[in-house]
Amino acid sequence: MADKRNTTIEVDYLARVEGEGNMFIEIKDGELQELRFGIHEPPRFFEAFLKDRKFTEAPDITARICGICPVAYQMSSVHAMEDALQAQITPWIREMRRFFYCGEHIQSHILHAYLLHAPDFLGYESSIHMAADFPKEVEHGLQLKKVGNEIMEIIGGRAVHPINIRVGGFYKAPTRKQMRDIIPVLEKAREMARESCKWVATLPFPDFDRDYTYVCVHHPDEYAFSEGNIVSNKGLNIPASAFNDTFEEIHVEHSNALHCRFRDGGGCYHMGPLARIVNNFDQLPDDSKALADEIGLTRNVMNPFKSILARALETYYCTGEALRIAKEYELPEQPYIDLDVKAGIGHAMTEAPRGGLYHRYRIDDEGLIKEAQLTIPTSQNQAMIEDDLRDFVPKFMHLSDDKLQWHCEQAIRNYDPCISCATHFLNLTVKRS
Amino acid sequence: MADKPKLAIWKFSSCDGCQLTLLDCEDELLSVVGAVDVAYFVEASRETKPGPYDVSLVEGSITTPHEAELIQQVRKDSKFLVSIGACATGGGIQALKNYADVSDYINTVYATPEYISTLDKATPISDHVQVDFELRGCPIDKGQLLEVVNALLYNRRPNIPTHSVCIECKRRFTPCVMVRGIPCLGPVTQAGCGAICPAHERGCYGCFGPMETPNAASLGQWLLDKGMISEGDLVRLFRTFNSDAPAFRDASIHFEKEVQRDG
Ligand code: SF4
Ligand code: SF4
Repeated sequence: MADKRNTTIEVDYLARVEGEGNMFIEIKDGELQELRFGIHEPPRFFEAFLKDRKFTEAPDITARICGICPVAYQMSSVHAMEDALQAQITPWIREMRRFFYCGEHIQSHILHAYLLHAPDFLGYESSIHMAADFPKEVEHGLQLKKVGNEIMEIIGGRAVHPINIRVGGFYKAPTRKQMRDIIPVLEKAREMARESCKWVATLPFPDFDRDYTYVCVHHPDEYAFSEGNIVSNKGLNIPASAFNDTFEEIHVEHSNALHCRFRDGGGCYHMGPLARIVNNFDQLPDDSKALADEIGLTRNVMNPFKSILARALETYYCTGEALRIAKEYELPEQPYIDLDVKAGIGHAMTEAPRGGLYHRYRIDDEGLIKEAQLTIPTSQNQAMIEDDLRDFVPKFMHLSDDKLQWHCEQAIRNYDPCISCATHFLNLTVKRS
Repeated sequence: MADKPKLAIWKFSSCDGCQLTLLDCEDELLSVVGAVDVAYFVEASRETKPGPYDVSLVEGSITTPHEAELIQQVRKDSKFLVSIGACATGGGIQALKNYADVSDYINTVYATPEYISTLDKATPISDHVQVDFELRGCPIDKGQLLEVVNALLYNRRPNIPTHSVCIECKRRFTPCVMVRGIPCLGPVTQAGCGAICPAHERGCYGCFGPMETPNAASLGQWLLDKGMISEGDLVRLFRTFNSDAPAFRDASIHFEKEVQRDG
């Protein structure tokens, strides 16, 4: 029945994606005619709201773009503001920002891998359905997620929209006791994260390899979160300030989110955990590298469905990194630096769990924001998602409409698209005529 | 299964943080989903069951013509409707557009403005339909959410205090930050968060919205008189995540006029 089928698949709300998206696929005489992936989150106009706000408000305001990755917004905004003010943070602040980012990566990766994506691989409607057959795995997932939240509570005051972050550092330093008490929790989490990597490696991965340009932040001495150049596996190496010279955002009709691509005609690019694993493999500590080998995550992985493996591995890495920081913790003299307000332009890209998040601000000499640009991971990945589907659908056209739709949704979820960033998800139409 | 109450979770314009707070109840999640029939929760499950629903939790504010229609349907389908979070109860950050010309905003963000459909204002759920209970916060508090769900399961009124953040500071022995000259909205903001900002040595910025009968203008004037804040910063302080909650809206407009008068 498969070959000469005419069909349309249309999905209106893609479930298990934070936000709302839609997808339209038209197949005519067995050939893919049209495919569109769009984002229909009601526009929330953040860049406009930021105008004439104080530079100090940026971390609290931009956090509200996304409840799943507020830390990324806070980190990109503080780094960009510090760049505009030419301020240098202390090693203590830098270290605690890594600790903070570990919390968000663990929380967000586990939420996505266990609660949202794993059910796709195993054919369940949701993790709630999955919990009946995989009680231990779901329980581990929830426990790990909780550890991520605990890290964010220690340093951020709460897990969603942390209150302890300011331009120039933190309002208050965690106590020694808080940091000591998390050590045994992290040690246990580390073992759970290792087991979870092994479990995730047993999932069935569709056979689907691509040739990606992977883009992320890279730092020569550490697995990068927020400091370093923007690099690709194909030779790109630029400072964040050159972002707009290298990439452009375009507004397409079927989406409220902007699409991004290389200005020089290099097309779209892939961001997120796979990009980080590929570009920053050398910076992983030896035990993470060994675990990557063991679960079959290579440094040139090109199968987008393996992003779930990359998330599991990064979760493992983050438990170790957070543990290191907790063990070495000392109280600072002051948890923030004092800032001199002056006019300037600042840029930063930091690694949100789902990919690079670029912020650029221009502020005046009173510290009021005059221009703001926020280029979010989901709009950077959106063109790549569409491109993956264009390649995927013809290869899997023999599947029934239901199965095809299921796999398309799964393929979209490879990118952990957090559509509320953009601006809610999935509307899928498959039309075979 | 048939007698378990049917729970639906809806999203309008929002950041998903309030829904996430439900998923963040890691220790309680499996018992909550065991006690209710989760009939509609697209963020967590692709299975959706049609209404009517016993309880609907509604996140987000109304910003598009489509949303304005959908909320009417949600109300019709729901026995009990609880709006959750600052977006749903006070407009959310997106209500800042109520203070600006929307077409300017569209032009700032999108190169091709004609693709965008939006209402002039972002408004709380209670502006559109009758709401049975409002849970505050940006985001809502986990403990308060569980209290509301529990109360509804046992058919009692949720025990959610409406006093100010100040009371929570006293309870946890946090010294008042204003003594050190840090401006704070605690006296006019509803409790619920545990007074975490003052506990981290910063002023409350009002993310739980106005408490019952607040005197926001008087607090604002006092902060100005003490020289703790500039007029511009005061307007901004009242105008964040609950800027469409009447008490904060009125205060921000009042002080904005002062700014203009002082030119
Ligand atoms: S109230 Fe705050 S946390 Fe809740 S959905 Fe709105 S922006 Fe997000
Ligand atoms: S102290 Fe105020 S701003 Fe801070 S979390 Fe509580 S209500 Fe929100």
